[in-house]
Amino acid sequence: MTNILKNLTLKVWRQDGPTTNGAFETHMIDEITDEASFLEMIDILNERLIEDGKEAIVFDHDCREGICGTCSLMINGQAHGPERGTATCQLHMRKFSSGDTIVIEPWRASAFPIIRDLMVDRSAFDRIVEAGGYITAATGGAPDANLIPVPKPVSDAAMDAAQCIGCGACVAACPNGAANLFTAAKITHLNLLPQGQAERFSRAENMVETMDSYFGSCTNHGECEAACPKEISIDVIALMNSDYRKAKTQNRKQLSRA
Amino acid sequence: MKKSSSRKPFLLDLYSTAIGKKYVMAVTGIIGVGFIIGHMVGNLKVYLGAIEHNGEQAYDIDVYGEFLRELLVPILPHGYALWGLRLVLIGAIILHLHAAWSLTMLNRKARPVKYQGARDYQVANFASRTMRWSGVLVLFFIAWHLADLTWGWLNPGFEYGAIYRNLDASLSRVPVAALYIVANIALGIHLFHGVWSLFQSMGWNNPRFNRWRRAIATGIAAAVVVGNVSFPIMTLAGVINFQPLS
Repeated sequence: MTNILKNLTLKVWRQDGPTTNGAFETHMIDEITDEASFLEMIDILNERLIEDGKEAIVFDHDCREGICGTCSLMINGQAHGPERGTATCQLHMRKFSSGDTIVIEPWRASAFPIIRDLMVDRSAFDRIVEAGGYITAATGGAPDANLIPVPKPVSDAAMDAAQCIGCGACVAACPNGAANLFTAAKITHLNLLPQGQAERFSRAENMVETMDSYFGSCTNHGECEAACPKEISIDVIALMNSDYRKAKTQNRKQLSRA
Repeated sequence: MKKSSSRKPFLLDLYSTAIGKKYVMAVTGIIGVGFIIGHMVGNLKVYLGAIEHNGEQAYDIDVYGEFLRELLVPILPHGYALWGLRLVLIGAIILHLHAAWSLTMLNRKARPVKYQGARDYQVANFASRTMRWSGVLVLFFIAWHLADLTWGWLNPGFEYGAIYRNLDASLSRVPVAALYIVANIALGIHLFHGVWSLFQSMGWNNPRFNRWRRAIATGIAAAVVVGNVSFPIMTLAGVINFQPLS
Protein backbone atom coordinates (compact mmCIF):
# COMPACT_ATOMS: atom_id res chain seq x y z
CA MET A 1 0.00 0.00 0.00
CA THR A 2 1.47 3.28 -1.05
CA ASN A 3 1.46 6.27 1.19
CA ILE A 4 2.55 9.79 0.49
CA LEU A 5 4.92 11.45 2.94
CA LYS A 6 4.46 15.17 3.29
CA ASN A 7 6.55 18.10 4.48
CA LEU A 8 9.94 16.53 5.01
CA THR A 9 12.72 18.89 6.01
CA LEU A 10 16.15 17.82 4.78
CA LYS A 11 19.29 19.24 6.32
CA VAL A 12 21.96 18.30 3.82
CA TRP A 13 25.69 18.84 4.27
CA ARG A 14 27.12 20.96 1.43
CA GLN A 15 30.85 21.40 1.04
CA ASP A 16 32.72 22.56 -2.08
CA GLY A 17 35.90 20.61 -1.55
CA PRO A 18 38.19 18.80 0.88
CA THR A 19 39.67 21.96 2.36
CA THR A 20 36.72 24.34 2.34
CA ASN A 21 34.26 24.75 5.17
CA GLY A 22 30.90 23.13 4.77
CA ALA A 23 27.47 23.81 6.24
CA PHE A 24 24.02 22.34 6.37
CA GLU A 25 21.59 23.46 3.67
CA THR A 26 17.87 23.06 4.27
CA HIS A 27 15.54 21.72 1.60
CA MET A 28 11.83 20.95 1.80
CA ILE A 29 10.32 17.86 0.25
CA ASP A 30 6.61 18.68 -0.04
CA GLU A 31 5.52 15.24 -1.17
CA ILE A 32 7.20 11.90 -1.78
CA THR A 33 5.87 8.37 -2.11
CA ASP A 34 7.00 6.05 0.66
CA GLU A 35 8.01 3.54 -2.02
CA ALA A 36 10.84 5.82 -3.11
CA SER A 37 14.26 4.81 -1.94
CA PHE A 38 16.25 7.33 0.02
CA LEU A 39 18.57 7.92 -2.92
CA GLU A 40 15.62 8.36 -5.29
CA MET A 41 14.36 11.04 -2.95
CA ILE A 42 17.71 12.85 -3.32
CA ASP A 43 17.56 12.29 -7.11
CA ILE A 44 14.18 14.04 -7.20
CA LEU A 45 15.55 16.87 -5.08
CA ASN A 46 18.57 17.15 -7.38
CA GLU A 47 16.39 17.41 -10.49
CA ARG A 48 14.58 20.26 -8.84
CA LEU A 49 17.87 21.94 -7.91
CA ILE A 50 19.14 21.61 -11.48
CA GLU A 51 15.90 23.04 -12.88
CA ASP A 52 16.33 25.97 -10.54
CA GLY A 53 19.85 26.45 -11.86
CA LYS A 54 21.51 25.33 -8.63
CA GLU A 55 24.27 22.81 -8.03
CA ALA A 56 23.04 19.26 -7.51
CA ILE A 57 23.96 17.51 -4.24
CA VAL A 58 26.94 15.24 -4.83
CA PHE A 59 26.65 11.78 -3.29
CA ASP A 60 28.10 8.33 -3.95
CA HIS A 61 25.95 5.57 -5.39
CA ASP A 62 26.28 2.82 -7.94
CA CYS A 63 24.44 -0.51 -8.00
CA ARG A 64 21.52 0.59 -5.83
CA GLU A 65 20.91 -3.02 -4.85
CA GLY A 66 23.04 -3.20 -1.74
CA ILE A 67 26.01 -5.14 -3.11
CA CYS A 68 28.58 -2.65 -4.33
CA GLY A 69 29.36 -0.63 -1.20
CA THR A 70 29.43 2.71 -3.00
CA CYS A 71 26.58 4.50 -1.27
CA SER A 72 27.18 5.99 2.13
CA LEU A 73 25.41 8.79 4.08
CA MET A 74 25.04 9.43 7.77
CA ILE A 75 21.27 9.76 8.15
CA ASN A 76 19.97 11.17 11.43
CA GLY A 77 23.17 10.15 13.17
CA GLN A 78 23.13 6.57 11.89
CA ALA A 79 25.39 5.20 9.17
CA HIS A 80 23.16 4.04 6.28
CA GLY A 81 20.13 5.30 8.20
CA PRO A 82 17.65 3.62 10.51
CA GLU A 83 17.14 0.31 8.67
CA ARG A 84 19.27 -2.51 10.09
CA GLY A 85 21.41 -4.59 7.76
CA THR A 86 20.94 -2.47 4.67
CA ALA A 87 22.95 0.09 2.76
CA THR A 88 21.48 3.54 2.13
CA CYS A 89 20.33 2.49 -1.35
CA GLN A 90 18.06 -0.13 0.21
CA LEU A 91 16.58 2.31 2.70
CA HIS A 92 13.09 3.39 1.76
CA MET A 93 11.08 6.44 2.67
CA ARG A 94 8.56 4.24 4.50
CA LYS A 95 11.03 4.25 7.40
CA PHE A 96 10.21 7.96 7.86
CA SER A 97 7.03 9.86 8.69
CA SER A 98 5.44 13.04 7.41
CA GLY A 99 6.89 16.15 8.98
CA ASP A 100 10.25 14.52 9.84
CA THR A 101 13.48 16.44 9.77
CA ILE A 102 16.22 14.32 8.21
CA VAL A 103 19.86 15.25 8.76
CA ILE A 104 22.21 13.97 6.05
CA GLU A 105 25.96 14.09 6.54
CA PRO A 106 28.97 12.52 4.87
CA TRP A 107 31.09 9.86 6.62
CA ARG A 108 33.48 11.71 8.89
CA ALA A 109 37.01 10.43 9.42
CA SER A 110 40.39 11.93 8.70
CA ALA A 111 41.11 8.92 6.46
CA PHE A 112 37.94 9.66 4.46
CA PRO A 113 38.43 13.23 3.21
CA ILE A 114 35.30 14.85 1.79
CA ILE A 115 35.52 15.21 -1.98
CA ARG A 116 32.37 17.27 -2.28
CA ASP A 117 29.10 17.48 -0.35
CA LEU A 118 28.29 13.92 0.75
CA MET A 119 30.98 12.13 -1.24
CA VAL A 120 34.12 10.97 0.56
CA ASP A 121 37.35 9.38 -0.62
CA ARG A 122 37.56 5.85 0.83
CA SER A 123 40.82 4.87 -0.86
CA ALA A 124 42.42 4.28 2.55
CA PHE A 125 40.49 0.98 2.43
CA ASP A 126 42.27 0.13 -0.84
CA ARG A 127 45.62 0.68 0.87
CA ILE A 128 44.62 -1.82 3.58
CA VAL A 129 43.50 -4.43 1.05
CA GLU A 130 46.68 -3.94 -0.99
CA ALA A 131 48.70 -4.72 2.13
CA GLY A 132 47.45 -8.29 2.39
CA GLY A 133 43.98 -8.89 0.96
CA TYR A 134 45.19 -11.45 -1.57
CA ILE A 135 46.37 -15.06 -1.80
CA THR A 136 49.11 -16.65 -3.84
CA ALA A 137 47.66 -19.31 -6.10
CA ALA A 138 49.17 -21.40 -8.88
CA THR A 139 48.12 -20.06 -12.25
CA GLY A 140 46.86 -22.28 -15.02
CA GLY A 141 43.63 -24.17 -15.36
CA ALA A 142 41.08 -23.71 -12.64
CA PRO A 143 41.41 -26.47 -10.00
CA ASP A 144 38.58 -28.93 -9.67
CA ALA A 145 35.82 -27.93 -7.34
CA ASN A 146 36.12 -29.44 -3.86
CA LEU A 147 39.78 -30.29 -4.45
CA ILE A 148 40.61 -28.49 -1.20
CA PRO A 149 38.30 -29.68 1.56
CA VAL A 150 36.92 -26.87 3.72
CA PRO A 151 34.72 -27.74 6.72
CA LYS A 152 31.24 -26.28 6.32
CA PRO A 153 31.31 -24.12 9.50
CA VAL A 154 34.66 -22.67 8.42
CA SER A 155 33.49 -21.83 4.93
CA ASP A 156 30.30 -20.32 6.39
CA ALA A 157 32.30 -18.12 8.75
CA ALA A 158 34.68 -17.08 5.97
CA MET A 159 31.76 -16.25 3.67
CA ASP A 160 30.07 -14.22 6.42
CA ALA A 161 33.23 -12.12 6.64
CA ALA A 162 33.55 -12.00 2.85
CA GLN A 163 30.20 -10.24 2.64
CA CYS A 164 31.96 -6.97 3.45
CA ILE A 165 31.34 -4.51 0.63
CA GLY A 166 33.83 -1.95 1.91
CA CYS A 167 31.27 0.83 2.28
CA GLY A 168 32.95 2.37 5.34
CA ALA A 169 29.86 2.43 7.55
CA CYS A 170 31.91 0.77 10.32
CA VAL A 171 34.36 3.67 10.33
CA ALA A 172 31.55 6.20 10.07
CA ALA A 173 29.60 4.67 12.95
CA CYS A 174 32.62 4.12 15.21
CA PRO A 175 32.92 6.79 17.90
CA ASN A 176 36.70 6.46 17.43
CA GLY A 177 36.80 6.40 13.63
CA ALA A 178 38.34 2.92 13.71
CA ALA A 179 38.37 0.58 10.72
CA ASN A 180 38.76 -2.62 12.72
CA LEU A 181 35.57 -4.25 11.44
CA PHE A 182 36.51 -3.67 7.80
CA THR A 183 40.10 -4.82 8.21
CA ALA A 184 39.10 -7.77 10.38
CA ALA A 185 36.47 -8.88 7.86
CA LYS A 186 39.03 -8.80 5.06
CA ILE A 187 41.59 -10.66 7.18
CA THR A 188 39.10 -13.23 8.49
CA HIS A 189 37.70 -13.99 5.07
CA LEU A 190 41.12 -15.20 3.89
CA ASN A 191 42.67 -16.36 7.16
CA LEU A 192 39.95 -18.92 7.83
CA LEU A 193 40.34 -20.65 4.49
CA PRO A 194 43.10 -23.11 3.52
CA GLN A 195 43.97 -20.98 0.49
CA GLY A 196 44.82 -18.08 2.77
CA GLN A 197 47.20 -19.90 5.12
CA ALA A 198 50.52 -19.18 3.39
CA GLU A 199 50.14 -15.44 3.93
CA ARG A 200 48.05 -15.71 7.08
CA PHE A 201 50.41 -13.99 9.49
CA SER A 202 52.06 -11.55 7.11
CA ARG A 203 48.55 -10.57 6.07
CA ALA A 204 47.45 -9.96 9.65
CA GLU A 205 50.55 -7.94 10.43
CA ASN A 206 50.63 -5.85 7.26
CA MET A 207 46.92 -5.09 7.06
CA VAL A 208 46.69 -4.16 10.74
CA GLU A 209 49.70 -1.88 10.52
CA THR A 210 48.41 -0.21 7.36
CA MET A 211 45.06 0.29 9.09
CA ASP A 212 46.89 1.86 12.02
CA SER A 213 48.39 4.55 9.85
CA TYR A 214 44.95 5.84 8.81
CA PHE A 215 42.34 5.06 11.44
CA GLY A 216 41.49 5.24 15.14
CA SER A 217 41.45 2.36 17.61
CA CYS A 218 38.75 -0.08 18.66
CA THR A 219 37.15 0.35 22.08
CA ASN A 220 34.61 -2.44 21.59
CA HIS A 221 31.46 -0.32 21.54
CA GLY A 222 29.95 -2.54 18.83
CA GLU A 223 28.54 0.38 16.82
CA CYS A 224 30.23 -0.93 13.64
CA GLU A 225 28.38 -4.23 13.82
CA ALA A 226 25.07 -2.41 14.30
CA ALA A 227 25.75 -0.14 11.30
CA CYS A 228 27.15 -2.79 8.95
CA PRO A 229 24.80 -3.33 5.99
CA LYS A 230 26.04 -6.92 5.88
CA GLU A 231 25.71 -7.38 9.67
CA ILE A 232 29.27 -8.66 10.00
CA SER A 233 29.90 -9.64 13.62
CA ILE A 234 32.61 -8.07 15.75
CA ASP A 235 33.73 -11.67 16.32
CA VAL A 236 35.95 -11.08 13.28
CA ILE A 237 37.73 -8.30 15.22
CA ALA A 238 38.60 -10.78 17.96
CA LEU A 239 39.98 -13.15 15.34
CA MET A 240 42.09 -10.34 13.89
CA ASN A 241 43.37 -9.42 17.36
CA SER A 242 44.33 -13.01 17.99
CA ASP A 243 45.97 -13.49 14.58
CA TYR A 244 47.88 -10.24 14.92
CA ARG A 245 49.37 -11.43 18.20
CA LYS A 246 50.31 -14.76 16.63
CA ALA A 247 51.81 -12.86 13.71
CA LYS A 248 53.93 -10.85 16.10
CA THR A 249 55.17 -13.91 17.97
CA GLN A 250 55.11 -17.03 15.77
CA ASN A 251 55.73 -15.01 12.66
CA ARG A 252 58.70 -13.40 14.23
CA LYS A 253 60.40 -16.71 14.84
CA GLN A 254 59.72 -18.15 11.41
CA LEU A 255 59.82 -15.14 9.17
CA SER A 256 62.56 -13.14 10.88
CA ARG A 257 64.86 -15.08 8.55
CA ALA A 258 64.06 -12.49 5.91
CA MET B 1 56.41 -7.52 6.28
CA LYS B 2 59.04 -5.39 7.88
CA LYS B 3 62.63 -6.51 7.57
CA SER B 4 63.73 -7.95 10.89
CA SER B 5 66.75 -5.65 10.96
CA SER B 6 64.54 -2.55 10.82
CA ARG B 7 62.29 -3.71 13.63
CA LYS B 8 62.14 -2.17 17.03
CA PRO B 9 62.61 -4.41 20.06
CA PHE B 10 59.68 -6.82 20.23
CA LEU B 11 57.61 -5.25 23.00
CA LEU B 12 58.07 -1.71 21.69
CA ASP B 13 57.18 -2.86 18.19
CA LEU B 14 54.00 -4.45 19.52
CA TYR B 15 53.16 -1.47 21.71
CA SER B 16 53.58 0.97 18.83
CA THR B 17 50.36 -0.31 17.22
CA ALA B 18 46.83 0.39 18.40
CA ILE B 19 46.05 -3.31 18.78
CA GLY B 20 49.27 -3.75 20.77
CA LYS B 21 48.16 -0.96 23.10
CA LYS B 22 44.82 -2.70 23.49
CA TYR B 23 46.64 -5.88 24.55
CA VAL B 24 48.38 -3.76 27.16
CA MET B 25 45.04 -2.28 28.25
CA ALA B 26 43.66 -5.81 28.55
CA VAL B 27 46.61 -7.39 30.37
CA THR B 28 47.01 -4.49 32.82
CA GLY B 29 43.23 -4.56 33.21
CA ILE B 30 43.38 -8.24 34.17
CA ILE B 31 46.04 -7.40 36.76
CA GLY B 32 43.81 -4.63 38.08
CA VAL B 33 40.70 -6.82 38.16
CA GLY B 34 42.64 -9.53 39.97
CA PHE B 35 43.75 -7.02 42.56
CA ILE B 36 40.29 -5.51 42.94
CA ILE B 37 38.66 -8.89 43.52
CA GLY B 38 41.40 -9.89 45.99
CA HIS B 39 41.11 -6.54 47.76
CA MET B 40 37.35 -6.80 48.06
CA VAL B 41 37.43 -10.40 49.29
CA GLY B 42 40.22 -9.58 51.76
CA ASN B 43 38.22 -6.64 53.07
CA LEU B 44 35.30 -8.92 53.84
CA LYS B 45 37.39 -9.94 56.85
CA VAL B 46 36.10 -6.82 58.63
CA TYR B 47 32.85 -8.75 59.08
CA LEU B 48 34.71 -11.39 61.11
CA GLY B 49 35.42 -8.76 63.76
CA ALA B 50 37.83 -9.69 66.56
CA ILE B 51 39.55 -13.07 66.82
CA GLU B 52 42.08 -14.57 69.14
CA HIS B 53 45.54 -14.21 67.64
CA ASN B 54 48.74 -15.41 69.40
CA GLY B 55 46.81 -15.51 72.65
CA GLU B 56 45.52 -11.95 72.32
CA GLN B 57 42.32 -10.42 71.00
CA ALA B 58 42.87 -8.74 67.65
CA TYR B 59 40.75 -7.63 64.72
CA ASP B 60 40.92 -10.28 62.00
CA ILE B 61 41.53 -7.66 59.29
CA ASP B 62 44.50 -6.24 61.22
CA VAL B 63 45.96 -9.75 61.39
CA TYR B 64 45.34 -10.12 57.67
CA GLY B 65 47.10 -6.80 56.97
CA GLU B 66 50.12 -7.96 58.90
CA PHE B 67 50.03 -11.28 57.04
CA LEU B 68 50.31 -9.39 53.73
CA ARG B 69 53.46 -7.64 54.97
CA GLU B 70 54.80 -10.99 56.20
CA LEU B 71 54.16 -12.63 52.82
CA LEU B 72 57.08 -14.91 51.78
CA VAL B 73 58.98 -14.22 55.00
CA PRO B 74 61.58 -15.67 55.64
CA ILE B 75 62.42 -16.16 51.95
CA LEU B 76 62.23 -12.38 51.60
CA PRO B 77 62.59 -9.71 54.28
CA HIS B 78 59.46 -8.26 55.91
CA GLY B 79 57.34 -6.27 53.44
CA TYR B 80 59.35 -7.10 50.30
CA ALA B 81 56.81 -9.42 48.71
CA LEU B 82 54.06 -6.85 49.32
CA TRP B 83 56.21 -4.16 47.72
CA GLY B 84 56.81 -6.47 44.77
CA LEU B 85 53.05 -6.77 44.29
CA ARG B 86 52.65 -3.03 44.70
CA LEU B 87 55.25 -2.36 42.02
CA VAL B 88 53.37 -4.66 39.64
CA LEU B 89 50.18 -2.71 40.34
CA ILE B 90 51.88 0.67 39.94
CA GLY B 91 53.42 -0.49 36.67
CA ALA B 92 50.05 -1.76 35.48
CA ILE B 93 48.34 1.54 36.30
CA ILE B 94 51.03 3.57 34.52
CA LEU B 95 50.83 1.40 31.39
CA HIS B 96 47.00 1.36 31.48
CA LEU B 97 47.00 5.17 31.67
CA HIS B 98 49.60 5.64 28.98
CA ALA B 99 47.87 3.27 26.59
CA ALA B 100 44.48 4.89 27.27
CA TRP B 101 45.94 8.35 26.75
CA SER B 102 47.70 7.49 23.48
CA LEU B 103 44.68 5.65 22.09
CA THR B 104 42.43 8.58 22.97
CA MET B 105 44.77 10.95 21.14
CA LEU B 106 44.87 8.58 18.14
CA ASN B 107 41.07 8.48 18.09
CA ARG B 108 40.79 12.25 18.26
CA LYS B 109 43.07 12.49 15.23
CA ALA B 110 41.04 9.88 13.39
CA ARG B 111 37.99 12.16 13.43
CA PRO B 112 39.14 15.77 13.68
CA VAL B 113 35.79 17.10 12.41
CA LYS B 114 32.94 15.73 14.49
CA TYR B 115 29.52 14.93 13.15
CA GLN B 116 27.61 18.19 13.05
CA GLY B 117 24.25 16.53 13.58
CA ALA B 118 23.40 14.47 16.67
CA ARG B 119 24.65 10.89 16.68
CA ASP B 120 22.12 8.13 17.28
CA TYR B 121 24.10 5.35 18.97
CA GLN B 122 22.60 1.90 18.64
CA VAL B 123 24.52 -0.39 20.96
CA ALA B 124 27.29 1.64 22.59
CA ASN B 125 26.20 1.72 26.22
CA PHE B 126 26.71 4.19 29.04
CA ALA B 127 29.62 2.15 30.39
CA SER B 128 31.48 1.90 27.10
CA ARG B 129 31.01 5.58 26.32
CA THR B 130 32.18 6.83 29.71
CA MET B 131 35.27 4.63 30.20
CA ARG B 132 37.55 7.65 30.22
CA TRP B 133 35.48 9.43 32.85
CA SER B 134 34.85 6.41 35.07
CA GLY B 135 38.56 5.62 34.76
CA VAL B 136 39.64 9.12 35.78
CA LEU B 137 37.19 9.07 38.68
CA VAL B 138 38.57 5.75 39.88
CA LEU B 139 42.14 7.06 39.52
CA PHE B 140 41.41 10.07 41.74
CA PHE B 141 39.64 7.81 44.17
CA ILE B 142 42.67 5.51 44.39
CA ALA B 143 44.83 8.54 45.27
CA TRP B 144 42.31 9.60 47.93
CA HIS B 145 41.99 6.06 49.23
CA LEU B 146 45.78 5.72 49.64
CA ALA B 147 46.00 9.08 51.40
CA ASP B 148 43.17 7.98 53.66
CA LEU B 149 43.94 4.40 54.63
CA THR B 150 47.54 3.73 53.58
CA TRP B 151 49.38 6.95 54.37
CA GLY B 152 46.77 8.20 56.80
CA TRP B 153 46.99 11.88 55.82
CA LEU B 154 43.24 12.24 55.48
CA ASN B 155 42.34 9.88 58.29
CA PRO B 156 41.38 11.30 61.70
CA GLY B 157 43.76 9.85 64.33
CA PHE B 158 45.38 7.41 61.90
CA GLU B 159 47.18 4.48 63.53
CA TYR B 160 49.57 2.41 61.40
CA GLY B 161 48.38 -1.20 61.16
CA ALA B 162 45.09 -0.60 63.00
CA ILE B 163 43.05 -1.23 59.87
CA TYR B 164 39.72 -1.80 61.57
CA ARG B 165 40.05 1.42 63.59
CA ASN B 166 41.16 3.49 60.60
CA LEU B 167 38.39 2.11 58.43
CA ASP B 168 35.73 2.91 61.00
CA ALA B 169 37.18 6.38 61.60
CA SER B 170 37.19 7.17 57.89
CA LEU B 171 33.86 5.72 56.80
CA SER B 172 31.93 7.07 59.78
CA ARG B 173 32.17 10.45 58.04
CA VAL B 174 29.07 10.63 55.82
CA PRO B 175 30.65 12.60 52.93
CA VAL B 176 33.56 10.13 52.84
CA ALA B 177 31.19 7.18 52.86
CA ALA B 178 29.32 8.81 49.97
CA LEU B 179 32.60 9.29 48.09
CA TYR B 180 33.43 5.60 48.52
CA ILE B 181 30.00 4.59 47.28
CA VAL B 182 30.12 6.84 44.21
CA ALA B 183 33.70 5.83 43.34
CA ASN B 184 32.90 2.14 43.62
CA ILE B 185 29.86 2.50 41.39
CA ALA B 186 32.13 4.22 38.84
CA LEU B 187 34.53 1.30 39.24
CA GLY B 188 31.69 -1.13 38.63
CA ILE B 189 30.67 0.72 35.46
CA HIS B 190 34.31 0.68 34.30
CA LEU B 191 34.53 -3.08 34.93
CA PHE B 192 31.18 -3.76 33.25
CA HIS B 193 32.64 -2.65 29.93
CA GLY B 194 36.31 -3.32 30.64
CA VAL B 195 36.02 -6.98 31.55
CA TRP B 196 33.87 -7.73 28.51
CA SER B 197 36.10 -5.65 26.29
CA LEU B 198 39.32 -7.37 27.32
CA PHE B 199 38.10 -10.65 25.84
CA GLN B 200 37.67 -8.93 22.48
CA SER B 201 40.99 -7.10 22.70
CA MET B 202 42.87 -10.30 23.49
CA GLY B 203 41.00 -12.14 20.76
CA TRP B 204 39.46 -14.58 23.23
CA ASN B 205 36.41 -15.29 21.19
CA ASN B 206 34.80 -18.64 20.74
CA PRO B 207 31.16 -19.35 19.90
CA ARG B 208 31.04 -21.81 22.78
CA PHE B 209 31.92 -19.35 25.49
CA ASN B 210 31.04 -15.95 23.96
CA ARG B 211 27.76 -15.68 25.83
CA TRP B 212 29.68 -16.09 29.09
CA ARG B 213 31.80 -13.01 28.45
CA ARG B 214 28.96 -10.61 29.20
CA ALA B 215 27.93 -12.70 32.20
CA ILE B 216 31.48 -12.72 33.61
CA ALA B 217 31.81 -8.94 33.18
CA THR B 218 28.44 -8.26 34.79
CA GLY B 219 29.12 -10.74 37.59
CA ILE B 220 32.53 -9.30 38.45
CA ALA B 221 31.26 -5.72 38.30
CA ALA B 222 28.27 -6.55 40.48
CA ALA B 223 30.30 -8.55 43.04
CA VAL B 224 32.90 -5.78 43.37
CA VAL B 225 30.29 -3.04 43.73
CA VAL B 226 28.16 -4.97 46.24
CA GLY B 227 31.19 -6.00 48.32
CA ASN B 228 32.90 -2.63 48.32
CA VAL B 229 29.77 -0.52 48.80
CA SER B 230 28.80 -2.67 51.77
CA PHE B 231 31.74 -1.31 53.81
CA PRO B 232 30.67 2.36 54.00
CA ILE B 233 27.02 1.35 54.41
CA MET B 234 27.75 -1.14 57.18
CA THR B 235 30.01 1.37 58.92
CA LEU B 236 27.26 4.00 58.89
CA ALA B 237 24.80 1.33 60.03
CA GLY B 238 27.07 0.54 62.98
CA VAL B 239 27.86 -3.05 61.97
CA ILE B 240 31.50 -2.09 61.52
CA ASN B 241 32.14 -0.35 64.81
CA PHE B 242 35.61 -0.10 66.35
CA GLN B 243 36.05 -0.74 70.10
CA PRO B 244 39.45 -0.88 71.69
CA LEU B 245 40.32 -4.50 72.51
CA SER B 246 41.84 -5.23 75.90
